[in-house]
Amino acid sequence: MATLSVDGRRVEVADDATILDAVRAAGVELPTLCHFDGLEPWGGCRLCVVDMWQQGWDEDWFKMVTACNHPVADGMRVLTHSERVLETRAVVLDLLLARCPHTPLIRRLAAEHGIDETSFVPNEEPTDCILCGLCTRVCDHIGVSAISSVGRGWGREIAPPFDEPPPDCIGCLACAEVCPTDCIPYETSNVTRTIWGRTFEMLRDPVTGEGMITRAQAEHFATSSGVPASYFERSDAVKRRQLAGAFAALQAATVEEGGS
Amino acid sequence: MRIESRADFAAAQTAARERNAARRQQVLVCCGTGCLASGSKKVAEAFSAEIAARGLDAEVGTFVKTTGCHGFCERGPLVVLQPLGILYTRVKPGQVPRIVEETLIGGEVVPHMLYKNPVNGERVEQYGDVPFYAHQVRVAMRNIGRIDPTDISDALAEGAYEGLARALFDLTPEQVLEEVAVSGQRGRGGAGFNTARKWRSCRDAEGERRFVLCNGDEGDPGAFKDRSIMEGDPHSVLEGMVIGAYAVGAHEGTIYVRDEYPLAVVNLSIAIDQARQHGLLGVNIMGTGFDFDVSISRGGGAFVCGESSALMRSLEGKTGEPRAKYVHSTAKGLFDAPTVLNNVETWAGIGAILAHGGAWFAAMGTDRSKGTKAFSLVGKVKNTGLVELPMGTTLRHIIYDIGGGVAGDRPFKAVQTGGPSGGCIPEQLLDLPVDFEKLTEAGSMMGSGGMIVMDDRTCMVDVARYFLAFLTEESCGKCVPCREGLTQMLQIFDDLCQGRGRPGDLERIERLARAMQLGSLCELGKSAPNPVLSTLRYFRSEYEAHINDRACPAGICRELTAYEISPDVCDGCHVCFTSCPVDAITGTVKELHTIHHDACISCGACFDVCPTGAIRTFPKVELEKEAV
Repeated sequence: MATLSVDGRRVEVADDATILDAVRAAGVELPTLCHFDGLEPWGGCRLCVVDMWQQGWDEDWFKMVTACNHPVADGMRVLTHSERVLETRAVVLDLLLARCPHTPLIRRLAAEHGIDETSFVPNEEPTDCILCGLCTRVCDHIGVSAISSVGRGWGREIAPPFDEPPPDCIGCLACAEVCPTDCIPYETSNVTRTIWGRTFEMLRDPVTGEGMITRAQAEHFATSSGVPASYFERSDAVKRRQLAGAFAALQAATVEEGGS
Repeated sequence: MRIESRADFAAAQTAARERNAARRQQVLVCCGTGCLASGSKKVAEAFSAEIAARGLDAEVGTFVKTTGCHGFCERGPLVVLQPLGILYTRVKPGQVPRIVEETLIGGEVVPHMLYKNPVNGERVEQYGDVPFYAHQVRVAMRNIGRIDPTDISDALAEGAYEGLARALFDLTPEQVLEEVAVSGQRGRGGAGFNTARKWRSCRDAEGERRFVLCNGDEGDPGAFKDRSIMEGDPHSVLEGMVIGAYAVGAHEGTIYVRDEYPLAVVNLSIAIDQARQHGLLGVNIMGTGFDFDVSISRGGGAFVCGESSALMRSLEGKTGEPRAKYVHSTAKGLFDAPTVLNNVETWAGIGAILAHGGAWFAAMGTDRSKGTKAFSLVGKVKNTGLVELPMGTTLRHIIYDIGGGVAGDRPFKAVQTGGPSGGCIPEQLLDLPVDFEKLTEAGSMMGSGGMIVMDDRTCMVDVARYFLAFLTEESCGKCVPCREGLTQMLQIFDDLCQGRGRPGDLERIERLARAMQLGSLCELGKSAPNPVLSTLRYFRSEYEAHINDRACPAGICRELTAYEISPDVCDGCHVCFTSCPVDAITGTVKELHTIHHDACISCGACFDVCPTGAIRTFPKVELEKEAV
């Protein structure tokens, strides 16, 4: 275990924890946009910057680092709200607000840092995409990598290969679900689902007729897990009902056996 | 022949030297990229043909050798005749028969083809007496221009792989590390991290596999030292890498080369093949049982891939983007294995350090920056080219004694060092001794050793805008401060240069610059504001003039600048009339000429060609005042 001080609060975390883990354990709020528990930290949005001091350093010398991907060390001191941290975070939000002047999440975060309108030149083509990379990273994590970031710098964007419907997409919606600004559009019904310009057939629950999962996703999971694709077509409610039925039959048989 | 022992190595070296000694006359034709572009290939062919036709090769042992970059690209194609030591510059194929006749056969110099010192107008006969070369001390570039980079025997004759032989036969890996530690060598790629400390932390890290990498992704505008080393002496890079691999215990290595450096890729590939055939690379190197092999990886043209973590991602086949380096790549680098990544020039110096000893290297340079450093000297300087000098040499010495001073003898204004991450150093700091610390203190940095000299016809706001535009284009876009910050910063600078500057712009620039320095993910983003901050530090009044007076004091920013002809100076030579691309100048020969402001696009072409200096600039805003 490592013992840290976060804004003066003592906190103990595992040795392989990140500063963000420690900050959260201390009950201190720290904004993040590109972080998602379960995905490898990325450090792109720079909102979680903190001032950090480690043992052996000059007493008043702090280094600014991102909390999400910096490992903890015993005796570390973390300041989440020093003047320069707040200023850097405010400029980052000011810049994001210029990029996404109408995006509710960004407007709210900026307002929390005292910014109602950007001091920079607002984007002529407003977008909701903050390029946090969560969609592409979750897609990689699932083992599909159907979308990626393309271009660089100001021209960077998230897109399928050649801006065409991505052949590797399985229509799982993970990208849309993980998007903090909800800017990946999709349509889904009991019959079909459309995302990234591709339309997928839905596997429907044989009992309720509810569209559960795309066939492509069920096949992907079946291949990677060995569980038959048909398992994924049943809804949780139906699976529970079937399980309950199986248990009831088992119980009845046991009672019968015990009675004889 | 495969070298399997120390005796084999000595024999190979002796054989190579004997072969070279039989070549009693050598014509060294520079075939670096610069000289190739000015036609040196044809010059070399002309020499071969002429020498063969006259039978000199058989009779005298005259030999034509194509070499790597001599550094003096400004004066190319360059030809050096040995053993006379005569340097001819800007040689054309048509001049070759005369050189062969008069110099090679007659032993006489052809005076008008010698280099003319622009400072005193005198012709210089000897290669070593040309001021550009006389002051240099070459370590990393020790063999460039002397050897044919595609002939390993030539390299062996000049002492290549001697450092490796000493390391493998006489020293333990630990002793190699100590020798490098004694040298005090620091990384030549920009950050200046201590080489031995880097190697040691890789050696001490846990891991089955280890990698040794070479960064040849030199991308700073105006920098070409790494290209010249890879093209001109690829064996120095390979030798350094094998020594490094031996010290840290690695068996795999890769050289990451910009795809824009095709000749470097070709020469490196040839060198790798020849080194393998000679048992200097691959399995059982020099019969010592040590294995290490090198591959080449060609970059895809992204500036950011010169950043170490992005370079490793690129090698892994992923998008070349930096990642946080809170865990150093010496512990978790390529494929999460302990990795040493050094710059081309760093590797090129290692063989010499092992051959001559760390103390020899440490005797050169300053207290904390040891040895020599290669610089690409470019811009408004008389002698542009590649130079290598001891650390601590002053800027004034580099620019005036080696560079020959400012082109056209115009006033010096600033020198930009360190590429887009560096800064502009003004005239009052010309006596600054150049080393890692001093450049950083001055608000610039060593970077890749690029030096761009600027004269009075340079607007420092425009210079900062140029580097911002470059970085905006090259930012990978992963982190917000760099991606969005550069775009906004460039927008402010476009406004400044086009007369739309507003009060408060300088404060906005400084606030944004500080957030980028503190908040960006990688060093490229953190250092991106340096050109802005250093020009703001030394040339603040120029910024203020752009905002407050809508004037560009240097008369460069087109939207702010108008041109006129001084009636008392113009002699009616008509040259400006001919140069104007938009017919905005009227006048007849021997009469006063006039610039018409309604048609003039402020391109400055007339200014540059006017032989009498009759054309002057003034703020365009004065025209508007007159109109009112």
